[in-house]
Amino acid sequence: MNLWLIPFFPLIGFALNGILGRRVSKQLISVIGVGTVAASFLYVVAILLKLSPLNTAYSEHYFTWIQSGFLQVGFDLVIDRLTSVMLLVVTGVGLLIHIYSIGYMAEDSGYYRFFSFLNLFMFFMLILVLASNLLLLFVGWEGVGLSSYLLVSFYFHEDWVTNAGNKAFIVNRIGDFGFTLGILLTVVTFHTLDFGKMATAVGTMPAEVGFGTLTVLTLLLFAGATGKSAQIPLFVWLPDAMAGPTPVSALIHAATMVTAGVYMIARLSFLYDHAPVAMSFVAVVGLITAVMAATIGMAQNDIKRVFAYSTISQLGYMFLGLGVGAYSAGIFHLMTHAFFKALLFLGAGSVIHGLSGEQDLRHMGGLRKAMPITFWTLGAACLAISGFPGFSGFFSKDAILSAAYTHAPWMFWIGAITAGITAFYVFRAYFLAFFGEYRGHHHAHESPPVMTLPLIVLAVLSIGGGYINVPTWLSPAFPLSEHENVTAMVISASFGILGIIIAAIMYVFRPGLAESFKNAMGPLYTLVLNKYYVDEFYQAAIVKPLEGISRTFLWRGVDEGLIDTGLVNGLGRVVRDWGSMFRRYQSGSIRNYATLILAGSLLVIFVFILAGSTR
Amino acid sequence: MGHVPLSWYLILSAILFALGVAGFVYRKSVITVFMSIELMLNAVNLTFIAFSYELHRIDGHIFSFFVMVVAAAEAAVGLAIILTIFKNRGTLQIDEVDSLKL
Amino acid sequence: MIDSWIFIICAIVAVVCGFNLVLQKHPIASALSLIGVMGSLAVLYLLLGAEFLAMAQMIVYGGAVMVLFVFVIMLLNAGTEKASTKSWFAQILGLPLLLCFVGLLAYLVWGVLPPLRDVDFGSWVGGTAQHIGELLFTTYLLPFEVISVLILIAILGAVVLARREIE
Repeated sequence: MNLWLIPFFPLIGFALNGILGRRVSKQLISVIGVGTVAASFLYVVAILLKLSPLNTAYSEHYFTWIQSGFLQVGFDLVIDRLTSVMLLVVTGVGLLIHIYSIGYMAEDSGYYRFFSFLNLFMFFMLILVLASNLLLLFVGWEGVGLSSYLLVSFYFHEDWVTNAGNKAFIVNRIGDFGFTLGILLTVVTFHTLDFGKMATAVGTMPAEVGFGTLTVLTLLLFAGATGKSAQIPLFVWLPDAMAGPTPVSALIHAATMVTAGVYMIARLSFLYDHAPVAMSFVAVVGLITAVMAATIGMAQNDIKRVFAYSTISQLGYMFLGLGVGAYSAGIFHLMTHAFFKALLFLGAGSVIHGLSGEQDLRHMGGLRKAMPITFWTLGAACLAISGFPGFSGFFSKDAILSAAYTHAPWMFWIGAITAGITAFYVFRAYFLAFFGEYRGHHHAHESPPVMTLPLIVLAVLSIGGGYINVPTWLSPAFPLSEHENVTAMVISASFGILGIIIAAIMYVFRPGLAESFKNAMGPLYTLVLNKYYVDEFYQAAIVKPLEGISRTFLWRGVDEGLIDTGLVNGLGRVVRDWGSMFRRYQSGSIRNYATLILAGSLLVIFVFILAGSTR
Repeated sequence: MGHVPLSWYLILSAILFALGVAGFVYRKSVITVFMSIELMLNAVNLTFIAFSYELHRIDGHIFSFFVMVVAAAEAAVGLAIILTIFKNRGTLQIDEVDSLKL
Repeated sequence: MIDSWIFIICAIVAVVCGFNLVLQKHPIASALSLIGVMGSLAVLYLLLGAEFLAMAQMIVYGGAVMVLFVFVIMLLNAGTEKASTKSWFAQILGLPLLLCFVGLLAYLVWGVLPPLRDVDFGSWVGGTAQHIGELLFTTYLLPFEVISVLILIAILGAVVLARREIE
């Protein structure tokens, strides 16, 4: 059973499309791009069918990558129940988005480049998910960051687009620095990077030693997760990453890459179980991020930005779930979120495509007649994300909030209120787009079947995905909580429905209410509209001082002064000065030479006498 | 007076050698410099023969013989070179022949 | 006893001629002083029992090399030396270094060397031509042959160098 084929298929797709793409037809590019991912998906299904019920992990070792002292890192891939969930999500949703992209990117001249990079992303994401040790996971981690950069900057002819790509990559790297430190600390503490070996080592670790080290380690790794999964303080790249094409936003920044942090923590649950301080930190950060992003999402006018902040908010929920110990709830929400968030983005893409590029909500409206399929599928996604009873989001969000309630009730209440806010802003966007009068200038039309079919599939999954009992499937690794908390379920559902009703009132039945509310809130509205000025704060506090230091100290001081003038020129100067000093000995005068020979011979005789060879 | 100690021969040789060096360093005519070289070689010859007497071995004489031969050959070639220098430079001062300087 | 007197006389002659060689202004005077040195050295060789070498010294050095020198001085019409300030390094440092050198040699001779025998003229007769010939043509045969090649080369060199240029 060759596990390596799973990531290998997309890699082939990347290579073929990258090298040949310019010269072949669009059909062939599509076949290669989509076909490799389909092959990967089918292979995953086949392997899982063969391996089920997957009570023990199945791993394959290919070659030893690093062998240095006590550290041995191999190219090992492993499948267990957690991996299986991730694999199905990544390849399944990935396949749907690839199919969708055939329609969405049809008129773009960089068609082959798009599929090539998308396949590259799939390769790295699959490596990340299948990795059996921390270093290989980090390879995938970095690789998806790279692919994200390449894809966000896809329309690279515009400055603001490439800036967005740079921002995504650089902010990610800051988190990755913490991750790297975590890896180093792991090497020092466990003398191995393999997950299985780490798990057994943690079991035998004495509590006092483990507590401090593990807390630091888990916090460092979580720092990497804040970068990759867009939590506070490193979430600022995700809204700007909406500069990339919409399928990219759907795949990378909604369904898969940003969930890598969640997956990593779930994979390392055995470490986090021994570091309760870190877990509380994770939960609190997740919760605050969820609230903050939700409030920002309320005021945004670009449809993709609304959904971007929604992603950040939902990721906060996942981290909340992980932080309170409900790992399976977090993964469950990861899966359902992949369904409905991908659907939200693809639906938004369908709207944008139908309106020939319009993304501002204020220029949309009344589209439900022109784009019926998009209207219904997007509606399903919005209901799912709001936690409407019966839809997938309801089950997963409830699992998290119940666990939060048992851990600390105040977390539950904030989470529930945020659920209401979530419902509100999502439906605000929905109503603004599909109801009322059309406020735009373009002629709206429905998208072609190649785009609407994935929407329908994802809608089905958004509705029915909750009935896939992921927590039970993951229960050998992550024990289930004791009982269902019915009251919590009811409360969170009602907050959601309340949000929908308020949105409906403000945007469908009494449109003027929104304007007056906005004016009444005044400065609060401006604060939220400008994303709490986080970007501006970073610019002033970090970017500008760093730039200043680089320019004055590092450039002028060190590089020019020390290295250029001191070392490089200095070396030349020393050689030249000493050379000109010694040059004068060769005067051409024989008598001088003779005198020097005399002096030399004197020295030699003297040395001989001193050395005693005349005894 | 008794016999002369051998060390006196060595001292004499040393003095002659020193004189040779002095001539080499201080004289300005090329031919005189050459003659100083010959003086040095002779001083060395004396040392060899003195030690040969000391050890009652004749190898010192052989060495001295070879030194003599080489000195003769060197004098021949050296004087030929001096002739050439005089032909080219027109001067016999060694201070004038210094074009090999940096 | 008389050999000690001969030694002292010849030594004084040698040293005086040496000084003369260094101090004279005209090359021909230096050449004649050198002949004097050669001669006294030949006597000293004789005192040390090196008969063959004493004769060789007179013939080769005094008879050939010095004649060559005198001829060249005549050919080049070498005059008295003129003063020159170019090699100041040698002018200044030459004498101190020389004195150091002499001092060092003196220390070596007196301080370092083990006690040497006295020179007794006639006590050792191992320096005859026969002895030298025996050694020269057996143990030192190779250097002998090589030296003959060296002389050949020297002749060639001298001829080439001193040739008149082809007009």
